[in-house]
Formats: sequence, structure tokens, C-alpha cells
Amino acid sequence: MRETNMKKILISLLFLLFGTSVYADCNIKSGSINILANDFPALRTFVETAKGCKGSADFKVTHSSEHNKIAVPALTANPSEFSARIAANSSIVPLMNQDLIRPLDDLVKKYGKGIQDSQLITIDGKIMAVAFMANTQHLYYREDVLKELGIAIPKTYEEVVAASEKIRASGKMQYPYAAAYKAGWNLAEEFVNMYIGHGGEFFKAGTAQPSINNAKGVATLNMLKKLAGLSNPDYLTHDSEAIKVEWESGNVALMTLWASRSGTLLDDDGDAKITAATKLTGPATVAGGNIPAATLWWDGFTLAKNRSDADAEATFRALAHAAANKKMVADAADQAVWLIEGFKPGPKSIGVIEAVKMKAKPYPMLPQMGLMHGALGSEIVEFLQGKESAEQALKDVEAAYMSKAKEQGFL
Amino acid sequence: MGIKSPLITLMPNKTFFWFFLPTGLAMILFIGLPIISTGIQSFYAQHDQVVKEVKKCDPFGCTVSIVVDQEKTSKIREEKPLGKFNGFGTYVDRNHLAIEEIGKFWNETNSFGEFVDQVTNLPFYKALIFTLTYCLFVTPNVLLLGFIIALSLNAVTRRIRGPLIFGTILPMIVTPLVGSLVLFWMIDAEGIIGANLQMLMDDPYLSLKSSKTLTWITIIIYGIWHHSPFAFVVFYAALQTVPQEPVEAAIIDGASRWQRVRHIVLPHIYPVVTFVALISLMDNFRVFEPIIGFSAEGSAQSLSWLIYDNLVNEEVILFGSAAATSMMTIVGIAILLAPVLIRTWKEFRTAR
Repeated sequence: MRETNMKKILISLLFLLFGTSVYADCNIKSGSINILANDFPALRTFVETAKGCKGSADFKVTHSSEHNKIAVPALTANPSEFSARIAANSSIVPLMNQDLIRPLDDLVKKYGKGIQDSQLITIDGKIMAVAFMANTQHLYYREDVLKELGIAIPKTYEEVVAASEKIRASGKMQYPYAAAYKAGWNLAEEFVNMYIGHGGEFFKAGTAQPSINNAKGVATLNMLKKLAGLSNPDYLTHDSEAIKVEWESGNVALMTLWASRSGTLLDDDGDAKITAATKLTGPATVAGGNIPAATLWWDGFTLAKNRSDADAEATFRALAHAAANKKMVADAADQAVWLIEGFKPGPKSIGVIEAVKMKAKPYPMLPQMGLMHGALGSEIVEFLQGKESAEQALKDVEAAYMSKAKEQGFL
Repeated sequence: MGIKSPLITLMPNKTFFWFFLPTGLAMILFIGLPIISTGIQSFYAQHDQVVKEVKKCDPFGCTVSIVVDQEKTSKIREEKPLGKFNGFGTYVDRNHLAIEEIGKFWNETNSFGEFVDQVTNLPFYKALIFTLTYCLFVTPNVLLLGFIIALSLNAVTRRIRGPLIFGTILPMIVTPLVGSLVLFWMIDAEGIIGANLQMLMDDPYLSLKSSKTLTWITIIIYGIWHHSPFAFVVFYAALQTVPQEPVEAAIIDGASRWQRVRHIVLPHIYPVVTFVALISLMDNFRVFEPIIGFSAEGSAQSLSWLIYDNLVNEEVILFGSAAATSMMTIVGIAILLAPVLIRTWKEFRTAR
């Protein structure tokens, strides 16, 4: 009892010292907070931090890797199931398309102390989200394997292919490369990265007309196929979690994976030898390009439109507390690349920092991009299986996209 | 001969009406109305999106890009919440029946083989072919296997029958998704079946998951394994009603086991076979869980999977597409069941 009292006094003292300038106001008296978020360690930390400031408000959270499937229906309801949704570049788009999130300008002005301007996502002059972390896919490599075979750290995908072939030829590993090629969203994401690395554009400028059936698209597919040939033959069933397991079993020496997964790769679980030899580097470029074949992502919070102002206010105050929290950033420095003031990047942030330095492009935040992503995920599979030509696959993607875009009223 | 339900033959129409009323109401409410609503939905598409160019800023910089103009769109949406009337537009578009594309392929391709290749490359036909293949392989095998198991179990001594029956219906008790996941891990290149197959075939590159044909075979075998217990349970129950006198008479006449099954048992349980075939066909046409469980989306898509894909795999939900595929699945089941239903109806008429 005494100890907790001491703690309280200490915390109050700290608040007196730094409180007003560092922490968002936390004196929440009413309202109900319900958050929908993806499920990975950094987001759990973020939501936990927000919970620490809930005051007497009702606090609920749903962490789910299926968050994309729930978000639109749950926020369409009035009143909406969730008062906040932790979104990213791509997942904010359907919310914007359906007009399901509210502008945050007033709340940022009133309660947004400590949130940096660079964290604000503004669309048409209105603040629609507050970002708190950045993410990208970049290369991971096994230092011991590369050293033993005298291979330099690959900087381009051509070098990744050469290195993987050399490792395979040495007999050390049969399938030295891994990336999340699971048919559907993951595979499409790999295409998006590689296509952007080739300098490709997805749509004819200013329209929703697709334009991927070109030389850059073909080169993208050919590179994906080369890499797939160096991966475990089950690659079409492998998502990020599956390739992480492959890596931890020591079957893989080069891998393209999300930066946000580095924490679980480098923790104390699993073979200490593999963990010690696991090193991170920036994303690779491709075909002589200078921007990396990767996309930059932010994760940030948005507030549901179909929810009372009181709930929105309570939710914003709790989440803003986390989004400007130097202590959280210091304690969880290795969980993510935080965009919050006071973050000191550690060795696990190399990938994202390098990607930003190399001027990687953000994932395109276009209203019709989700349809393109969906069409890519299913239509390029047969090319990878060797059942059709690259041109045919790209033609199929465009055709599948056009039908969907017509149904959705974009064309 | 055959089993006739005494309840139905003896029940007057009026009693039957009151007996059926609660079920009927529930069916209208939970099956009929949703189907009508889905049907209506399938004729509508989203309104034309009004987009505008705006400046977007995020932590990585600012760009000029487009967004949906909410002011203008919300007005149109309020006036017509269902969307834009599209008639059969969604049904015939490239992602469904693809009438226009097929016409084009017919004119442009040089050989029939090439034409078939082009058509089966379309998502709907790709899914339809897998669905039909699955139905055609799984249904007869389920009937056959279920019947053989029922006959065998009927022949073993009563003392061990209980545990054996329990073991046999286990595949049906296991949730489909869990059942397929267990098998998925077993056939992994490093799983017990996958690794042993590689050894047996002496091919370290053999992977059941990477080849389309092998994936199909795996799913079909899983389907047979999962559905056989249902057929078995029904057949086993029916076998208990086979009268013993003709069987004994046949034995005295020197009929072999096969002859007894062929001429006495089979004709007796024939109506039940029809029933199991119907239910099985209906179930199999809606194959879905194993595709998810086996992560087989790349190699095998079914009609139900297409609906799922339209509803959840896109960041935008394609209600029109999903509704159209749903309606076509219902029509597909009706066509598939028609021969059996017509035959049953004819038999019913002649029996009366």
C-alpha cells in the first residue's frame, strides 16, 4: 500500500516536472473507448500505453490480424462498434472512400500537445489520422553464411539472386531465399514493391485506368519468378509468419520481411546461433533503379465518424497520450520505428531508416488501389506456376481490375 | 419396397401444415428473405465515384493525389442507397460469366484447345471447373466408401462395434477447418506425410502444395475423408432395417455375399442412397473450408471461395459481385440436383 502511494507521488512529481509539455492531458472523466487494431507487438504496446491514460472511461480493444475484414462493416454501423481504428496507408483508403472517419483538427488543437507536425496525415487540408510508427519490407541476411561463402551483403535484387544461387550451389541450403509470396494480399504486395522499384506506375496519370501491362510489369514478374525459384516450393502458401518460421529453423539465408517483425526474429526464443547471425540491411533496389523495391508504410490512428463526440474526445485523448509518449518510445525502442519525438533508432530500425534515406516511395494512397491489389493477388499466380506468360498474366490483372473498378464506379 | 416414413403417409394435410409451419416460417425468415435480398443486391453496382485532386501529406512527404469527393457522393448515395441499377451487368462481366470475352476468344483463337485454355483462365470458369471436379470425384467415392464401411461394421461382432463407430465418425466431428489444417501440416515438405513421400518417391523437390494437380488431389482426398462418415451413419442406420428373412432365404439358396448385397440390401436401401447423394452433392458444390485450411487459393478456387474473396479479400467489399456469384451457385446446385429430384418425383408419382 505504501509502495503504491510512493509510486503515485513519484508519478505526480514527474507529471509536475514534465507533464504539461511531454504528456497529453490524461484527465478523462467519461466516454467509452473501443479500438480496432492489427496484431503485432508494437501496436500492443501502443494500445497498452493509451490504456494507461483511460481515466474513468470505458476501455476496450480488439487486436486481430483480420482487422481489414472487420473495419469497414464495423465502422459503417451507426453508432459504430469501434471509436478508433489503427490504420495504415492502405487501410485508411476504404475508410476515406466510405466517409467513415472524422477530421481531427479540433481535437489535435485541443489535446494534441506533444504530437509532432510530421505525424499528422492531412488530406485536403484536414487532419485525418495521427501516425506513430513507420514500417517497410527490407532485407534480412545470415551473416555467418554470407561470410563463409565470401558473399557481399546484397544491395540489389540481382545480387540477391546471385547470392542465393551461390548458396544453393554450395549445398548449404536448398532454398536460400524467402519472402511472403502467399497468393492473395501478400503476393500482390511483393509485386507492388518490385514494380515501384522498376519505376512503374499503376494507373494512367490522373485516371483509374490501369497501366501495368508494360515492359516494367514484365520485368517485375520475371524477377519475382526468379526469386520464387530460389524459395521453398511451397512459397504460394507462405505468409510473413511462415517465412519467419523458415528463417528460425535455419533453412533460409536471405529474406525480405517486414521491419515490424524484426523484434520477434531477434528475441531470445529459438536457436541462439541463428539469432546472433541474423542481420538487417536496407531494402534492395532492382534493375539499376535508385529507389528501393519497397514501399513505406505508416501506422496511425483514425477516429470513427459514426460515434458520439464525447467518445471521440475520450478516445483521442487516450491515443494522443500514447502518440506523444517519450517513455513508451524509450522503453519499446526495439519494437518499431516510432515517428514520435524522442525516438532513438536502434539496430532493429536499420531497415526503415535506410529505406527512408534511399527515398523509398510510400504505398500509393489511391481510392482504387485496393482493387488493383486484389486483382494482382490472384491473377499473377498462374505465371509463377509457369502456366501462362507474363504478358497474359498482366492482361488478366488489368481485365480483372477493370471489372471490379466498373462495379465500384471508378470507371 | 423401400423405406417409407409412416408419419408422412398417414398424416392428413392439415396436420402436416401445422406441423411444418414453425419450420416453414423460420426457413422463410432465415433462408428465403436473405436469398431475395442477395438477388436484389446482385442487380446493383456502386454509383459512379466522384473524385477530386487534393494534397495529401504523411510522414514521408506531400503529394497531389485523388480522393473520393464525399460531399457529392454522399448526396447520390442518400438518394439511391442501393446503388446504380446494373441489371445483369455484374453477371456477364469478365469476373463472372464473361459473355463478351468468350465471344472474343471464340473469334480470335485458332484451335478449340486454345479456346478452352482461354475460357478456363477466367476466374468464374476456373472456380466452376474445380467445384465440379471436386463434386464429381468426392460424391461417388463418399457413397461407395460410406457403404463399404457400413457393410463391414455391420458384420463385426457387436461388442467392438461401439468404439469402431465412434472412430469412424470422428472425421465428421472434427471441425472442417481444423481437420484440413492438421492434414496441411502433415503434408508439409517437413511434415510426416510430406517427408515420407519425398523419401518414398526419392524426389527431394516433391511438394504436395506447390503442384496444382497434387493440391487438387489432396483436397479431394480430404473431402472424401471428411464426408464419408455422414454417408456411413445413414447407410448403417438403413442396414438395420434390412429384413432378415429374404437374406436367410438367399443364403439357403446359395447366394454369395456380393449377390445378397446386390439383390437384397441395395434395392432395400436405395431411397436412402438417393438422399445421401443429394445432400452430398449439395455440400460438395459449396466446398470452401479446405481451400482456406490448405492455403490453396493459388491452385484451387471454388465458387464459394470466390464469394468469400469478394467479401473479405479486397479492401473494398464487392457486394454486387458476391451476390451474383451466390445466385449462380444456387442455380448451379439446382441444375446439379435436377436429375435426381426429377427421378425421385417420378418414383413418388408412380408409387402413389
